[in-house]
Amino acid sequence: MAKLNVNGKALDVQVAEDTPLLWVIREQIGLTGTKYGCGVAQCGACTVHIDGVATRSCSVPVSAVTAEQKIVTIEGLSPDGRHPVQQAWIKHDVPQCGFCQSGMIMATVALLQANPKATEADIASEITNICRCGTYARVKTAILDVVAGGTLGRG
Amino acid sequence: MTSASTASSKTPSSKANLSRRSLLAGSVAAAGAFSFGFAIPFGSEAQAQGATPEINAWVVIHPDDKVVIRIVRSEMGQGTLTGLAQLVAEELNCDWTKVTTEYPTPGQSVARNRVWGNFSTGGSRGIRESNEYVRKGGAAARMMLIQAAANEWKVPAAECSAEKSVITHKASGRSLRYGQVAAAAAKIEAPKDVALKDPKDWTIAGKPLPRLDTVDKTNGKKIYGMDLKMPGMLNAAIKDCPVFGGKVKSFDAAAIKAMPGVRHVLPVGDSAVTVVAETWWQAKSALDALPIVWDEGEHAKVSSESIAAWLKEGLDAPVAVVGNQNGDVKAAIAAAAKTVEAVYSYPYQNHATMETMNATAVWTPDRCEVWTPTQNGEAALAATAEAAGLPIAKCEAYKIDLGGGFGRRGASQDWVRQVVAIAKQIPGTPVKLIWSREEDMTHGRYHPVTQCKMVGAFDKDNNLTGLHMRISGQSIVAGLFPQTIQNGRDPAVFQGLNAPGPEASIGYGVPNLLVDHAMRNPHVPPGFWRGVNLNQNTIYLESFMDELAHSVGKDPLEFRRGLMKNHPKHLAVLNAVAEKAGWGKPLPDGVFRGICQTMGFGSYVAAVAEVSVSPAGQLKIHRIVAATDPGHAVNPAQIERQVEGSFVYGLSASLYGEITIKDGRVEQENFDTYEVMRLEAMPAVETVIVPSGGFWGGVGEPTIAVAAPAVLNAIFAATGKRIRSLPLKNADLKKA
Ligand code: FES
Ligand code: FES
Repeated sequence: MAKLNVNGKALDVQVAEDTPLLWVIREQIGLTGTKYGCGVAQCGACTVHIDGVATRSCSVPVSAVTAEQKIVTIEGLSPDGRHPVQQAWIKHDVPQCGFCQSGMIMATVALLQANPKATEADIASEITNICRCGTYARVKTAILDVVAGGTLGRG
Repeated sequence: MTSASTASSKTPSSKANLSRRSLLAGSVAAAGAFSFGFAIPFGSEAQAQGATPEINAWVVIHPDDKVVIRIVRSEMGQGTLTGLAQLVAEELNCDWTKVTTEYPTPGQSVARNRVWGNFSTGGSRGIRESNEYVRKGGAAARMMLIQAAANEWKVPAAECSAEKSVITHKASGRSLRYGQVAAAAAKIEAPKDVALKDPKDWTIAGKPLPRLDTVDKTNGKKIYGMDLKMPGMLNAAIKDCPVFGGKVKSFDAAAIKAMPGVRHVLPVGDSAVTVVAETWWQAKSALDALPIVWDEGEHAKVSSESIAAWLKEGLDAPVAVVGNQNGDVKAAIAAAAKTVEAVYSYPYQNHATMETMNATAVWTPDRCEVWTPTQNGEAALAATAEAAGLPIAKCEAYKIDLGGGFGRRGASQDWVRQVVAIAKQIPGTPVKLIWSREEDMTHGRYHPVTQCKMVGAFDKDNNLTGLHMRISGQSIVAGLFPQTIQNGRDPAVFQGLNAPGPEASIGYGVPNLLVDHAMRNPHVPPGFWRGVNLNQNTIYLESFMDELAHSVGKDPLEFRRGLMKNHPKHLAVLNAVAEKAGWGKPLPDGVFRGICQTMGFGSYVAAVAEVSVSPAGQLKIHRIVAATDPGHAVNPAQIERQVEGSFVYGLSASLYGEITIKDGRVEQENFDTYEVMRLEAMPAVETVIVPSGGFWGGVGEPTIAVAAPAVLNAIFAATGKRIRSLPLKNADLKKA
């Protein structure tokens, strides 16, 4: 039994307490935008925000999250899918297969919230998510576009 | 093109007879006998009830003008969905903003005598093999729509034209929308002669349009196979014998039966065990706790070292299959003033698609249905029927868009067989099988291992008189389709080295040439891996071309040009890349260039890499310039993305990618030991697209092959070190 706050909703979930948050989000709560890619904190496909911090949810047991901590998944990032980072992703046609992109977007939003003037070097060191389709160049361009537009926080 | 049943696909000319039967054969079968309240990705229920008749197999137009274009190749990130829709829409002259797409199922295709042709999506064939018949589908539909309007106006069709989904009769100023005449058009006999536009008149195709499928990939809405949900569904995790070819001896189901959510502990074939539970996490946790005893079989002692020793023996073996030959290379080498010799090798690679293998199935004694991300819907259907023990007519396979394919989800469909074998043991219950990353890493269909011995012969004037390229190693075709191999010959191993011709031909003329292959097939299952055999063959040939150039003190570009007089298309692309990269012009201190070219999947490609190597041996790739001539460019924006992505895939493999074998099994289990490229290492990639027309080449794969050799040749320029064995992480680049 765990009490969680996901995308602004307080939820009670019946689940063994060592279950990774990723699988609670996907299987108990039913939000499948957050992806499984490795299960060992290597790929970032499972990235969500916990109190605004990008977190690889595959490696956090649900028992480690309190009812007060605010969990945000890709589905809760914006009411209409028009967060400035999502818009930049659409403008630059970033995704290929798309499987890694929820995690990429969540990692990017957390980076830009902490560091709205992120440079190429910041992006290189902070965005460590794996994309096997190789969208890195477009990811970089889209992030720099958001930085240049200064739109974060206004969306 | 394999046996598609559209009459048009067999005729190379731009005019062809489209029989009414091939376009209007039967109605689309109702989608799926099971009702789970789950919307399968096929939106034509209304049509099955006759509300919106199709114009032909490729095009459905709703009364509100919505255009539905049918796509049968799989979308796995490469943009084929958008590219194929552009080609149909171009000939249809429809309003691009009204275009949507849908996937006919393989079962529907079988029921309609394969009206949609081949479903296979691999070998960069999605567009190049089907462009003609899908364009004809669009053009025929346009002609029928115009005819329907002309009939209504009682004027000749030749006086009418169509643009952006509106048909106009200029003389009388009348117009009708496609949606208004679609029902009438569907009843019109399909035209016999269908002319296609000249690509220079294209307004939708050939343009850098945004993809049709982007938005849902940015908000979590897109459903991948792994995300499927059905009422009553159970979840399965699987473990196959870690040693390929081994079997399950026993497992102790009782030990985990009481774990939370566990419903079934079952054998899958004779080599695997599954735990089926309420959630996947429960299934995986219980499977990890399950005591299993394996019968590891005859390969339990095999290692990377024993495989390498076996392949090495093949480099000088007396028996080898000739792939390309002219002149007498043995004599040329014997008479040479100077010879150069080098041995290269290439390791196993895993595809490591971002989404691991998965499928969902329901089996009952008289029907079996599967939902899965697959590169080949028809192969998935065939695997379903075989594993289900049911005729194809009682089975269906629904394609879900892929979280990456790269060849892994094409030929073998092994996970489909597994899920059906599981579902068959739980009749009537939907079961979703997801592979853990560990299972995916250790049970792939790997990029094969090969070694290559190169010998070059020069006369006393430093002219290259002979080249012998002996490849030793694994055949993908022998692993996947052993029945097709005769006398040890797998033509696919010579990709990029073939005699002059339209596919994968060598770009050089050498007076005495021999390319041969000594097949050695280890027990590790091989598969088509994005770029296939062009990858290592290009590394071998293009690195060695560089070695030959340096051995006679020539510029690598000039040396190549000297051998390419009779290979104008190869040469044109090489020249394009050299010019764009500024070959020969000064570079910043410490930065060096490498160059290479190849031809495969129907396209001519070349690359220049700019790298630096620090005194400590740290490699940095600053810039890649890539050029491709795919004949026609259907969507330049998507081509650029494919080229960039292909460099990530190719550089990932050359920098880090290596699957090693110990005790008969794969040593790497996850991305911590099977490293892949991340954003930080991504160089700037500039793409030069030089479509010369007259042929249709692929885009997703060919440029992978030029990633590694361009970098390896630049490393030599920077350090004087010739890296002949990959990945680079094992090489010491420190200056001696
Ligand atoms: S699934 Fe969590 S980092 Fe890969
Ligand atoms: S878009 Fe396919 S893995 Fe990133």
